[in-house]
Amino acid sequence: MRHKLWTLFSSMLVISAFTFGGGFVIVSLMKKKLVDELGWLEEEEMLDMTALAQSAPGPIAVNAAILAGRRIAGVPGMLAAVTGTLIPPLLIIGAISLIYAQFRDNEWVRAAMAGMSCGVAAVISDVVLGLGGKVVRGRDALSIGLMVLAFVLTYFCKVNVIFIILGAAVLGAVRAALATKAGDRG
Amino acid sequence: MIIWELVLAFLQVGAFSVGGGYAAMPLIESLTVTANGWLTAADFADLVTIAEMTPGPIALNAATFVGMRMAGFAGAIAATLGCVLPSVAIVSLLSWLYARFRSGKTMQTVLGTLRPVVVALIASAAVSLIHVACVTAEGSFSWAGAALMIAAFVLLQVKMREKKISPILVMAGCGVCGIVLHMLGWM
Repeated sequence: MRHKLWTLFSSMLVISAFTFGGGFVIVSLMKKKLVDELGWLEEEEMLDMTALAQSAPGPIAVNAAILAGRRIAGVPGMLAAVTGTLIPPLLIIGAISLIYAQFRDNEWVRAAMAGMSCGVAAVISDVVLGLGGKVVRGRDALSIGLMVLAFVLTYFCKVNVIFIILGAAVLGAVRAALATKAGDRG
Repeated sequence: MIIWELVLAFLQVGAFSVGGGYAAMPLIESLTVTANGWLTAADFADLVTIAEMTPGPIALNAATFVGMRMAGFAGAIAATLGCVLPSVAIVSLLSWLYARFRSGKTMQTVLGTLRPVVVALIASAAVSLIHVACVTAEGSFSWAGAALMIAAFVLLQVKMREKKISPILVMAGCGVCGIVLHMLGWM
């Protein structure tokens, strides 16, 4: 148990320290670590948690850490995961805020950040191709259609993510109600 | 007491910003610049730049930055905790509900409908990031950025002794490559 909490804490510490570009990047890295590498969560659970983390108020990374931590090791797990997520921004920004003008204008910092953004794009693309490939191979027309539609609405039409999640949840509830009705009749 | 005011301000950020860091920025601006006068508009512009440039969740970066400016490290901790506490309460409840109801038939259908949509949301973030990686600060196509991204992607597919290379290692390596490419004048 102690070992598990430590791994949870250190994993979230490293992920929080090395990812930038918003909540979905951190969720992608959590998927790689907690699902692919450690096998502590199912892939479906990670997707469910992403939807919940995105829908609840507050930083997505913290919300995802709470959900994953609790699922893996209860309340102690939640505390370990959240503490790990909080420490890097405190230390990094705490230090940088003292010298932020120099930091912001430093060309080497900019170059390193530009390089890292290439790595971030590669990692999240890798995760997306894995997840999307599975949806396509599932050969369920509704799932594939929903995925394409949601992508078009988010990326091209810039519809707020919350409305897309809510819409999909309502659609799911309707499907469930229809399935129950059909079950009653049959 | 400034510490207490910081906690109160960032409790609001934590409780009312849905959709992550970028969505929280207008609220942080109104609380720090307009309502309390803690930051000037120029300070806030710096905050946005720093919060985006540095790793870590954007809302937490902003909380630490404002806290540090107003009351040093204690202020940073106060603002961060304020930002996180609403999440801990609300998401704990969600977590419990999820554990309790996830195996129900209705919930399975709802979650099953949501999952491909979540994949699409991550895909949308991915395309935006690919765009950032392949465009220079001046707005033209960056060959060096595109090549580095493709190299990183290929490296992520490689397996060594049954294990894939750590994505963190790949990203840190890309940071080093960025510096080298800049020395060569390519980035």
